[in-house]
Amino acid sequence: MLLTRKSEFSASHVCANPSLSDAENRALYGMASNPNGHGHNYVLEVTVEGETNPVTGMVFDLRELKQVIHEEVVDPMDHRFLNREVPPFDRMVPTTENIAIEIWRRLQRRIDRPDVNLRNVRLYETSDLYVDYGGES
Amino acid sequence: MKLTRRYRFSASHRLDVSALSPEENRRLFGKCNNPYGHGHDYVLDVTVEGAPDASGQIVARHALDALVGERILQRLDHKNLNTDVAELADGVPTTENLASAIREMLVPDWPLAARLARVRVAETDRNIFELEAS
Repeated sequence: MLLTRKSEFSASHVCANPSLSDAENRALYGMASNPNGHGHNYVLEVTVEGETNPVTGMVFDLRELKQVIHEEVVDPMDHRFLNREVPPFDRMVPTTENIAIEIWRRLQRRIDRPDVNLRNVRLYETSDLYVDYGGES
Repeated sequence: MKLTRRYRFSASHRLDVSALSPEENRRLFGKCNNPYGHGHDYVLDVTVEGAPDASGQIVARHALDALVGERILQRLDHKNLNTDVAELADGVPTTENLASAIREMLVPDWPLAARLARVRVAETDRNIFELEAS
């Protein structure tokens, strides 16, 4: 059984590699390389997989899932400038791909247990762009 | 890791199979058989799969946009799918056939490091067609 919980956070970022020139960053990241930053309303869909507990009728307690997502993602990232305020994005470009990988890393250690696993992190940067990450290297 | 990018195009079409009688076409396609055609605001989701490169991206957005823009949007947006698109000339432009045609327009000489994983075409909010790229 798959269970998906949706959350939102709003944050600003700059997609630029400090070791590259402005022109090189513009070629790589386009408008997202503006040094002063810009922002998005990110939408996060966290999917966990497990068997339905025969006693509780639940795969995962939604209150706990909500709390974990808030503690690991929404509280530290909402209304923040990711590059300046949210490690590791002080040294890693906060592309949607890298943010999804970091969210996976933060959530997996809180969610995985013998009978439940984090299955997928879907992160929408806008309604027209999202990434899916399932822990693959 | 997969990345999905959404595009839009507006086009007209008419569903009609020449091998069938007018009555059979009306029965098969209903309103979609209207002789003068009709149109939709199609929504196309293109999914690519790969590992992020040194830039932290699976694909540079502008490279994917340029590819889909050149191969799909310029060919389909504000066009008549029955008459203006060679890839659809031989068949009835159902959204099943449209999704297959879009995949075939993207696959040959695919220039990006990330592989094409999926094409998803929504004719309206209620009718959605999806196929894996390989």
